[in-house]
Amino acid sequence: METRDVVFIALFAAIIAALGVFPPVTVPVIAVPITAQSLGIMLAGGILGAMRGGLSVVLLLVLVALGLPLLAGGRGGFGVFLGPTGGYIVGWVVGAVVIGYLTERFWTRLNFILAFAFCVVGGILLMYGLGVPWSAYVAEVTLATALGGSLAFVPGDLIKCLIAAAAIVIVKKSYPIITPRSR
Amino acid sequence: MLTDLYVFGDSAVHRARPVVKIAGLVVLCTSVFVFEGWPSVLVGGALVAAGFALAGLRLRHAVASIRPAFWILAAIFAVQLVLTDLLFAGFVVGRFAVMILGAALVTLTTKTSEFVDGIHAALKHAPGWVPKEQIALAISLCLRFIPLVRTMLVEVRQAQQARGLDRNVLALLVPLVVRTLKTADEVSQALYARSFD
Amino acid sequence: MIISFRDVSVEKNGVRILKGINVELSERRIGILGRNGSGKSTFARLFNGIETPTTGTVSLNGVTERKALRRHVGFVFQNPDNQIVYPIVEEDLAFGLKSLKLSETETRQRIGEALHRFDLEHLRDRFTHQLSGGEKQMVALVGVLVMQPHMIVLDEPTTLLDLWNKRKFMAALNALEQSLVVISHDLELLEGVDRVLHLEDGTLVEDGDPATVIANYVARSQC
Repeated sequence: METRDVVFIALFAAIIAALGVFPPVTVPVIAVPITAQSLGIMLAGGILGAMRGGLSVVLLLVLVALGLPLLAGGRGGFGVFLGPTGGYIVGWVVGAVVIGYLTERFWTRLNFILAFAFCVVGGILLMYGLGVPWSAYVAEVTLATALGGSLAFVPGDLIKCLIAAAAIVIVKKSYPIITPRSR
Repeated sequence: MLTDLYVFGDSAVHRARPVVKIAGLVVLCTSVFVFEGWPSVLVGGALVAAGFALAGLRLRHAVASIRPAFWILAAIFAVQLVLTDLLFAGFVVGRFAVMILGAALVTLTTKTSEFVDGIHAALKHAPGWVPKEQIALAISLCLRFIPLVRTMLVEVRQAQQARGLDRNVLALLVPLVVRTLKTADEVSQALYARSFD
Repeated sequence: MIISFRDVSVEKNGVRILKGINVELSERRIGILGRNGSGKSTFARLFNGIETPTTGTVSLNGVTERKALRRHVGFVFQNPDNQIVYPIVEEDLAFGLKSLKLSETETRQRIGEALHRFDLEHLRDRFTHQLSGGEKQMVALVGVLVMQPHMIVLDEPTTLLDLWNKRKFMAALNALEQSLVVISHDLELLEGVDRVLHLEDGTLVEDGDPATVIANYVARSQC
């Protein structure tokens, strides 16, 4: 890894942190807050690629664990990972890596539809795939109950995938960072 | 540095080494899952409360730590109350409270800079395959550039406000990202220009 | 200190940014003029190897190695925010010195001397993001000076400064013993240099004594 990659990782982590200042929209009762921050996760993968995107999310989470209130709503510290939604936060890393991998793999023919599909896979399917069982385990409920509680967030997440996909395609044209992955 | 969640103090908890505190937190969280039931939650809760008292932390610190998770804990409590009984619902939510407050105890009594110093010290002894300098650089760069990117976000927002586009997330996101990527390229040039490796 | 460019061309994404530059520079104070997009920033970045020529060679006292250029030529960017890379002033100034493998005492001493020289000791423990624009550019300059380069290239170093800070920064530059190369379209900054190059569209259109080159540059802009 070159110094330039380290700089991209660090500055993208700073972008995701900055997006935390957008006030989160908290839907009462089933309150995983909807934040612009998870948009940043999709962008990290779709703009920097698997390796750098994943590491930038890891870097952000390390700083959060060390006590900086960088998550939306000024949340930070170890408690963030131990709460009922800890699985989603761990899912961020996996989501960024998968979105990044798919984006690199299909870089030359990347368009809005593909980018949207990748965001849905990494940002919704995988994220829920990790977040739901985690919530079910720590909250001592069945998978179905935990899933039911999360479904309310799917519409919001789909909108975020649309926005992220558009941004990924525009940045690909105006300031591409990824170099296509050879098979 | 950026404002952290640290609450000033000079207690034994404040002075304990960060590594010791993290190890304590890991033991606490593992225990309340391994020894499932009210006794472990009560013992854990008593230990955390003792820690809060020893560190001179107030009730409001505890409330502030729980608040972000309040609604979801309330929802879980309600679901458990319907599916099981009051005793079990209380246990599940109480266990979360113990873990979150335990974590808060560590976070509130340790400066971020202590953790960062700890990481730097640990990196010195890390095996050769660990890219220590790059890890240290990434942490420093991120701490340096978070305030700058925040300023950029405010600037982009104002520019789009002037055009009536401030509610359009895409119109905020794209300029912010492109500006940051350009900054990153110049920062890499500066890193190159400023050292000889 | 002679830096020479032989048939230097730079091409990026199929666009020729510099076209066959031939020039030898040995004056102590050199100015480079040119409008936006003339290629002067790319030219500046050739001095210390941030950019490398697509064809041709850049050499410092006969040495063409990129490492040697980087070692002896310092670079001050237009925006100090992109040049300052650590959260605290002292940490930032120590950054470059790490690659010299100096002891901790030597590092502290060098930083102390450099700050003292410009009366900036009070900034030592400050957070870099809290400095004013003028302070930031001074810290960026000190960060270059601690490396003790023979030559310093400055790319539009005063664009973001107000008049007072610009004057202060210029006074600091004038006191330096190093060779300086100043890239700017601010003519005030080029007062008192020994030689001025005028770059347009990737080629050197004029090169000579400051009074003539600047007068012609101004005349051209008025058509």
